[in-house]
Amino acid sequence: MTTDEKTTMSSLPDERRTPLIRRLTGANTLWIGLVLLVLVAAFGAIRPDAVFQVTTLQFLLAETAVLLVLSVGMTFVIITSGIDLSVGSVLVFASVSSALAMNVVSGGDATNAGWGVIGFGLLVALVSGAVWGLLNGLLISRAKIPPLIVTLGSFGAAQGAALLLNNGSNVSGIPDRLNRTFGSGTYFGIPNIVIVAAVVTALGALLLSTTRFGRYTYAVGSNEEAARRVGISVRGHLTKVYLLAGTLAGLAGFMGNAFFRVAVVTGHETDNLNAIAAVVLGGTSIFGGTGSVVGTVFGVFIPAVLEKGLVIIGVREFWQPIAVAIVLVAAVWLDQTRRRARNQR
Amino acid sequence: MSRPLLEARDLTKNYGTVEALRGASFTAYPGEVVSLIGDNGAGKSTLVKCLSGVEQPTSGTLTFDGEPLHLSSPNDARDRGIETVFQDLAVAPDLDPAANMFLGREILKPGVLGFFGVLDKKAMRRQASEHFTRFGATLQSIDVPIAALSGGQRQSVAVARSVAWASKLVFMDEPTAALGVVQRERVLDVIKRVRDEGIAVVLISHNMPEVLSVSDRVEVLRLGRRVARFKASDTSVEELVGAMTGALTQEDADQ
Repeated sequence: MTTDEKTTMSSLPDERRTPLIRRLTGANTLWIGLVLLVLVAAFGAIRPDAVFQVTTLQFLLAETAVLLVLSVGMTFVIITSGIDLSVGSVLVFASVSSALAMNVVSGGDATNAGWGVIGFGLLVALVSGAVWGLLNGLLISRAKIPPLIVTLGSFGAAQGAALLLNNGSNVSGIPDRLNRTFGSGTYFGIPNIVIVAAVVTALGALLLSTTRFGRYTYAVGSNEEAARRVGISVRGHLTKVYLLAGTLAGLAGFMGNAFFRVAVVTGHETDNLNAIAAVVLGGTSIFGGTGSVVGTVFGVFIPAVLEKGLVIIGVREFWQPIAVAIVLVAAVWLDQTRRRARNQR
Repeated sequence: MSRPLLEARDLTKNYGTVEALRGASFTAYPGEVVSLIGDNGAGKSTLVKCLSGVEQPTSGTLTFDGEPLHLSSPNDARDRGIETVFQDLAVAPDLDPAANMFLGREILKPGVLGFFGVLDKKAMRRQASEHFTRFGATLQSIDVPIAALSGGQRQSVAVARSVAWASKLVFMDEPTAALGVVQRERVLDVIKRVRDEGIAVVLISHNMPEVLSVSDRVEVLRLGRRVARFKASDTSVEELVGAMTGALTQEDADQ
């Protein structure tokens, strides 16, 4: 305390911004980015021929695009110190309802449908995602039920509803045109689905770091009571954040339809956990208040690169979840120690 | 004396069967520092909550600037130029001081960017920096999270924030409780400076010498009622303590 008083007493220069380099090294994002870089470099050094191949990278990017979109929404949710377990199920629900809707308006099979039908399918996917998100948000903010329980409920309910919609089977008949353009199409070698995910991510990053919406997201997660007392509508904001996460899950469902040419009802049971892991790996605090979309991008790619890399260098891919688990627990542990040290002042 | 700025009459507040306020009255005049003192459980915090819109009194009337006042939320109070520094600070620890000062009142960029809700962080940082300097909250850096500051600095930020937006009245609930000697003096300085700008300050404190040194008037609360009012220059620590404990009562204080 005494040294502290001295520094506050002395006259300080006007320019009190922390130097850029200190701000960068102080951020979790930089370190997690370095981890990703080291991983890529290590795998690249062992098998440069296989790793730095256009198709390898294309596949890696395309496969992670859907998870990335889910994780952007999850970043907002976790920064409010919430959680959304329902994203994978909402994705499935949106994917199935969108595929069914496109089939219905095309008279049973949308394989040869045009842009009008595709646009309608997109709308259905977004709206069905948004409805689940809104439901989550209202139950969490109005009924004050913990997010873990609400989204655990909608995790089951959305999955069940998706199965009911088509009697438990996958929906085929995805328009060829959709698959050709967004699913497997590329633009200068970059898969279009990746471009969509990148645009969503960039918008999410801007929304979080430069706008009032983002500022309130941090404030609500950092100290809900403080946010309420300065007049922020905490309930309204939480609802919007879960609405955003749901809508992005809907978009992810539509992207999945485009990529796989079928609306699958299984295989998304652990999307929620993967998205949470990505967000936390990326330096967003599970306790809320801090985090970034850029970090989440790194967090999405670390498990993906590990998985691909281990396969390429011939290590059994079963090691991947173990490696991710270690990094994940270490990341949370670091965050906790940092906070504890900080709060003791 | 001039017309009261804020006058509360016969406020009661029940939490279930607990009566936190039993007909409490309170008066603040423009441009004065009035201290609100009382033993633990006397109802000080409840009274401040009722006067700042955080809680609604069960019964009783409020007058502000001669007009009847009804506060259904802290925003109502803020709209009238009433700000509060809460005992538990109520800052967002992960946000920097500038963000905290402008929380809920962000400056947006002009034009189309502002339409999309884009913040003008530079302007906020500049104004916050000027403001903190003016009110003596010296911070090493304006862009670290509040949590990285010492308790005293955090307090200065909370005080400076309320003062920045108050145009009529500031409530300060134990603003010096966690502070060292130097920073305590600084907060007291800020209180006087705020008063000199014509803004009324209601100070809640347990520290009697501090109350006497900074206040113009003192009102004493006991068991949910106003039991005494003093001019700070005419009273002593003994008298204040006597009023707080019930050894001394003023017949007309309840009015």
